[in-house]
Amino acid sequence: MTMTETSAASPASLIRQAFEARRSSGTSALVPYICAGFPDAAASLALMEGAARAGADVIELGVPFSDPLADGPTIQRATWKALEGGMTVEGTLALLRQFRSRHDTPVVLFTYLNPVHRYGVARFVAAAREAGAQGVLLTDLPAGADPALEGAVAEGGLALIRLLAPTTAPERIGTVAEGGDGFLYYISRTGVTGARMELRSELADEITAIRERVELPIAVGFGISSPEQAAEVAGVADGVVVGSALMERVEAEGVEGAEAFLRSLREAMDAR
Amino acid sequence: MAELAMVPTTPSKSEARRFGAFGGRYVPETLIGALDELEEAFAAARADTGFEEELRALLRDFVGRPTPLYRARRLEEAADIGPIYLKREDLNHTGAHKINNTIGQALLARRMGKRRIIAETGAGQHGVATATACALFDLECVVYMGAEDVERQALNVFRMELLGAEVVPVRSGTQTLKDATNEAIRDWVTNVGGTHYIIGSVVGPAPFPQMVRDFQAVIGRETREQILEVEGRLPGEVVACVGGGSNAMGIFHPFTEDAGVRLVGVEAAGEGLGSGRHSASLTAGQPGVLHGALSYLLQDEDGQVAPAHSVSAGLDYPGVGPEHSWLKDSGRATYVAVDDQQALAAFHRLSELEGIIPALETAHAIAYLLDREMPKADGPIVLCLSGRGDKDVAHVARVEGRRLPL
Repeated sequence: MTMTETSAASPASLIRQAFEARRSSGTSALVPYICAGFPDAAASLALMEGAARAGADVIELGVPFSDPLADGPTIQRATWKALEGGMTVEGTLALLRQFRSRHDTPVVLFTYLNPVHRYGVARFVAAAREAGAQGVLLTDLPAGADPALEGAVAEGGLALIRLLAPTTAPERIGTVAEGGDGFLYYISRTGVTGARMELRSELADEITAIRERVELPIAVGFGISSPEQAAEVAGVADGVVVGSALMERVEAEGVEGAEAFLRSLREAMDAR
Repeated sequence: MAELAMVPTTPSKSEARRFGAFGGRYVPETLIGALDELEEAFAAARADTGFEEELRALLRDFVGRPTPLYRARRLEEAADIGPIYLKREDLNHTGAHKINNTIGQALLARRMGKRRIIAETGAGQHGVATATACALFDLECVVYMGAEDVERQALNVFRMELLGAEVVPVRSGTQTLKDATNEAIRDWVTNVGGTHYIIGSVVGPAPFPQMVRDFQAVIGRETREQILEVEGRLPGEVVACVGGGSNAMGIFHPFTEDAGVRLVGVEAAGEGLGSGRHSASLTAGQPGVLHGALSYLLQDEDGQVAPAHSVSAGLDYPGVGPEHSWLKDSGRATYVAVDDQQALAAFHRLSELEGIIPALETAHAIAYLLDREMPKADGPIVLCLSGRGDKDVAHVARVEGRRLPL
């Protein structure tokens, strides 16, 4: 079964609907980050499929970049391993095509601007759409940094996933949300990606404040590493992003262990 | 422009953050607030005569400015051109131009109430200059340095520690300046509230390239005054080495409106442009985004940043300041590249000819004068002698197979 696009189901709306479906059944969306090519191409594809089976609602597929300056040690390691194995932008799109031939789960390409810039932004967006992506998230492209480039993503038909941080000024929240689509990614703390033991107590209040200004679903990421934390975040946000903790599972227990970990997150979120 | 009359004609903030298409603010969302705060604080400081006076007094009494403009007659003879003047930034406190910027930014950090300073360093000169400013203003100082550079520049590591800074060796990626910068940005993203990041060159997201240039432009302003005094005319050519490009922007900036002054930036060709092991971003790179700005960048076809190489740690960087990219594309400045062997030869030549041991970075600019293929300059040549070579002595001995009891 493959996804058929109609005017009613734009790529962005498919992402929103995935969040909406979980919300209407009283839980939150699970959004795993998977680095393409880590530990190798076949294993990362297997993990995408495992994630879909384990109840992931949107997959962030990482296109590895040599200088991941917003990422902590775990994703840095995954990135370099993927690059050493020869993963490229084309290679990532090839993985996505294979995944898309068997699964409907929306996919957001998660990367830094330079690989996309070098590929050509309009060309990248077209190729990503053709391969079956619904959105793109560029870590180092904050809202308003490059209006022409940001516009090219939307014009090409992909949802531009925007990020909000605890340091984002309240008056900026609306601007950030305006050009974004699909969902809003709230960075739960200042810092780089990486599994952490505790969530910040202010999180619920911050999300409430964002909700007053934004209609898009809000997913929370950075630091979520256990079923308990996932359940806690699911109580306040529309989606839970898990990246470093998942890549750590891949390192320690392989793809099967990582899939089991996602299942445990899914169960904890649904049992809340 | 197609979109006429849609917006007021005054340059917008986003235009002020760019040099033509280059520059910008390509950073994680977490840093936007800090960049806005810095932009405002810098604008306010510039409008404040008290800030200006304090900076001027420190540059005079602590750094030792103005630095001399020295006529290098034996170098003229050897290069068979002239007159050649050396702008002696090597005579600054801490031995290089870097301190012009760190004193300015440390003053700014104090003004913003930020008590913790982070910095990246390649050769260690910027790290030393930052540690010095932090000691002066009693600020906490953490310097990120590639593990490979920690080894190449052991003396500067010890100097930073003497000055009270913590030096963190960075073992990720290429273990040089690029990765030290990644790690400094990661620290800033994490501790942004109470921390100011003193970037060491005219790189990074706006307002850093503009701000560092303005702090370094004291080099060019003094040069302009001094050359007019001794020669009664502007230089025909201004030459400087370019890694990130801060000494070059500093000396170029006050001359960019003078069409008769040729501006030449000298990059590191490492083991040769054909070898793939070099740091000549402007000469051999493609526009790309690294460390917050769009600029010329060494990268592969897939947009992965390529490792840079140079015998000089301070030029060993795959990017370059966005204003240099603009000066290159607009044709206002010319960029050439000089390889490791030429730079090493020039390091010796200047030492023997003038009694000045230059930094290896600076030696690239000297080599260009000695081996130049450019047409004769219409007027005196000024070379920015950006730093002294004491820090490089052990490294050069090692490269040349000499064993020193160090």
